[in-house]
Amino acid sequence: MKHGFLDQYSDLDSLIHRLDPRTKAITTLAFILALVLTPPTRWYAFALYFALIALVVLLSRLPPLYVLKRSLVVVPFVLVIAIFIPFFKQGEVAGSYNIWLWQVNVTYSGLIVLWNVTIKAWLSVMSMIVLSSTTKFSELLKGLERLRLPLVMVMILSFMYRYMFVVVDEALRMKRARDSRNFGGKHIWQLKTVGNMIGALFLRSYERGERVYAAMVARGFDGNPRTLSHLRFQMLDLYFTACFLTSLAMIGTTILLGWGA
Amino acid sequence: MEKAIQIENLSYSYPDGQQALKDINLSIEVGETVALVGPNGAGKSTLLLHLNGILRSDGTVTVLGVPLDNKSLKWVRSKVGLIFQDPEDQLFSPTVFDDVAFGPINMGCSQDEVRRRVSEALEGVGMEGYEKRSPHHLSIGEKKRIAIATILSMEPEILVIDEPTANLDPRAKGELIELLQQLPMTKIVASHDLEAVKALCQRTVILDEGQVVADDSTQSIMSNNPLLEGHGLAPRSGSSLKLKA
Repeated sequence: MKHGFLDQYSDLDSLIHRLDPRTKAITTLAFILALVLTPPTRWYAFALYFALIALVVLLSRLPPLYVLKRSLVVVPFVLVIAIFIPFFKQGEVAGSYNIWLWQVNVTYSGLIVLWNVTIKAWLSVMSMIVLSSTTKFSELLKGLERLRLPLVMVMILSFMYRYMFVVVDEALRMKRARDSRNFGGKHIWQLKTVGNMIGALFLRSYERGERVYAAMVARGFDGNPRTLSHLRFQMLDLYFTACFLTSLAMIGTTILLGWGA
Repeated sequence: MEKAIQIENLSYSYPDGQQALKDINLSIEVGETVALVGPNGAGKSTLLLHLNGILRSDGTVTVLGVPLDNKSLKWVRSKVGLIFQDPEDQLFSPTVFDDVAFGPINMGCSQDEVRRRVSEALEGVGMEGYEKRSPHHLSIGEKKRIAIATILSMEPEILVIDEPTANLDPRAKGELIELLQQLPMTKIVASHDLEAVKALCQRTVILDEGQVVADDSTQSIMSNNPLLEGHGLAPRSGSSLKLKA
């Protein structure tokens, strides 16, 4: 499996791609913070947030449909968590339905919670997708490191990135080996096989971890991760950060002034 | 002149009590290329892990005249470069550059020095221009080369290589052997690929069940068929396969 699955389109060239990973990490964080702190009933504010992100997508030359499709991945998760809230939350009833024996009430406040969770999750995920599709994962790690994220966490992320697909490939090979010897049989028996495969995969990964550590120690690793960085802020980063944060501040001001509420 | 590596009375047991190495004595001259051959499970890899102190046990290992102990550990690791069998284990960084730079950075080189060493090491294995690539997307042959570069960048005086030709197709194998032949350091190659051993090493040590059972010139060991057969390095006589001498 290819890494492109994670950071597809990150090798395009655009204004956004050329930004320093630190700039993108910080602005993304600022965007998500602003988003989360926005009261759910300021409808137009969410439209503005969407417009802002759409503008960034446009500047980044990412295929808009790709961003949209990827961002929908989050919807099932959100729905599973939040779909029942409108039925249980107390408050003014928006609609009442009789379904066979039960009477089901949907409340306004419940609907607002649902909207709140869905729109914020969706826009946040969209901003993360823009971040990960315009920044190579290795660059992003360098950026996080320079932003003083603890090095141990950066290393964990970097090992995850390096070995995730090695493990996935290993699992696929095991699955192929199983399928080539599998001539049907009861489902319950197959479950047992899957359990064994997961166990074997865990052991293999564990042993790989030991070998990787030996390889690190052999090259002088003493428990203190050190890396080189070539990152440099440019004027572009300053302009982008200024414009982006100003836009967020403007949206924030309209919220504080209570326009459209 | 100092010996590159001198091993005296080295024994090692796995944590579960199984003995892997029994009373090994071995000395390797500077500039030599020595093959360490033996059947699967003979203890080759375990012995290699002792050469730069990843495993430590009874007996002494002396590197370039310096006995390996806690004080000399760091120095020894900068002198003895260990290349693991599976490049997937050796290459653990998100990019090739980070991986080749890992050793020099840990050795405390300056930024410019690190960059110089990385580009020289990559040039040395014929992989210039791969700095930004992810190791995950390289072919096995390319991964092996980068794995060698990660050690060359530390500019070691002794190269220890575990199964350099495993999993390579004949062309990649040939190219890798040529590459190793050009490297001037002292080399210790563990392998059961006798073809590669013949091409690379003047001297061969046979290890079986944790013991040194033969230590001689490659030529005389390779022509001693009963010896090879007795230690799992040639098909049994009577088998329809014949090993080309």
